[in-house]
Amino acid sequence: MNHLLRGLAPISDAGWRVLDEEARVRLTSALAARRLVDFYGPSGWDRSATNLGRVVPLGRDGVRAMQRRVLPLVELRAEFELSLEELRGVDRGAEDADLQPLDEAAHRIAVGENVTVFHGFAEAAMAGIVDSSPHPPFALGDSADAFPVPVAGAVEHLLSSGVSGPYALALGGEQYRRVAQTAEHGGYPLLEHLRRILEGPIVWAPGLAGAVVVSLRGGDFLFDCGSDLSLGYLRHDAERVVLYIEESFSFRVATPEAAVALTAQT
Amino acid sequence: MGFDQYHEPPEELPAATRTFARLCASLTEEAEAIGWYQQRIAVEQDPEALAIMRDAQGEEFKHFSMDLEFLLRRTPEWREIARGVLFQAGDIVEHGEASEAAAASGGGESSPEPGTAPGSAGSLGIGNLREAGR
Repeated sequence: MNHLLRGLAPISDAGWRVLDEEARVRLTSALAARRLVDFYGPSGWDRSATNLGRVVPLGRDGVRAMQRRVLPLVELRAEFELSLEELRGVDRGAEDADLQPLDEAAHRIAVGENVTVFHGFAEAAMAGIVDSSPHPPFALGDSADAFPVPVAGAVEHLLSSGVSGPYALALGGEQYRRVAQTAEHGGYPLLEHLRRILEGPIVWAPGLAGAVVVSLRGGDFLFDCGSDLSLGYLRHDAERVVLYIEESFSFRVATPEAAVALTAQT
Repeated sequence: MGFDQYHEPPEELPAATRTFARLCASLTEEAEAIGWYQQRIAVEQDPEALAIMRDAQGEEFKHFSMDLEFLLRRTPEWREIARGVLFQAGDIVEHGEASEAAAASGGGESSPEPGTAPGSAGSLGIGNLREAGR
């Protein structure tokens, strides 16, 4: 048994399979940052830090002393509680089990990962893509119909800065909804128009404030995964079991110039 | 063009399994090439030809290593067993047996978890989503 302690949970193999699949589906749709960054790993739960290749000089008589700098991985965990009766129902073949707490936990940890990658995690000494960008942000404006203008402006700005494509557009929840609604109203589909400008994908990024255009050329945004997203067991009583979704990672921006933020404000 | 790396109908296999099979086939081909160059080098007398073949074999070492690393990253149980065998001093067979036993008994990261495929260690296996988003 490993650190997830799944073998101690009052959950059948069939139950675990349903929970894992439900978590996988919910997480995959919301993990926007992983669609845009360079993903390294997973290297395992015992990986603790990312090598930065830098040193800090130390004072020591008679010798030159330096200490290596590393970026410690953060652990993100989202706990949730399920009814054991619902899980017994899964064992009997029920297909409408109430797994809402799992769905909500999956969304919380996906947002946590997205926020760390896009906006940073100051307490963990990690800078985000949006906050690191040295470029002036472009205003998205109120109308989604007008989004191609700032998006094209951001792409042109990256090109003129020597940052090659293809490019991707990450849209925060509100911005994505507005784009999707506009696309449904007929005329030239807005999503297709934006894809042609970017030559890359448009992703729904819950947790992102506003939007951001990033280069997908590689080598700019580095996600170092220790333990990938996993379900683990915490405790249970006669009626309920407490589980969690957990991961460990670090994130670094190697080339801040490879992104341009798009702000929601006009 | 042949599709010999598949032992099941390719259209029934998930994309990740097809990729895995391709890299397994590639690993086999690189190992064969290493063996062929080893034999050629053993009998070649021309120093210039020898230098070229040694250089070519070095390329195959690199290709084999990259293939192997890819496969290990995608297969936690294999990675865990390999961790106990590769780059370890001492008896290779002993390391192999001990590493396999540790993985099977649940002592390692790759121990089979309830309700999961052996070797998945409870991970949801989501990993890199970049390709899917492009």
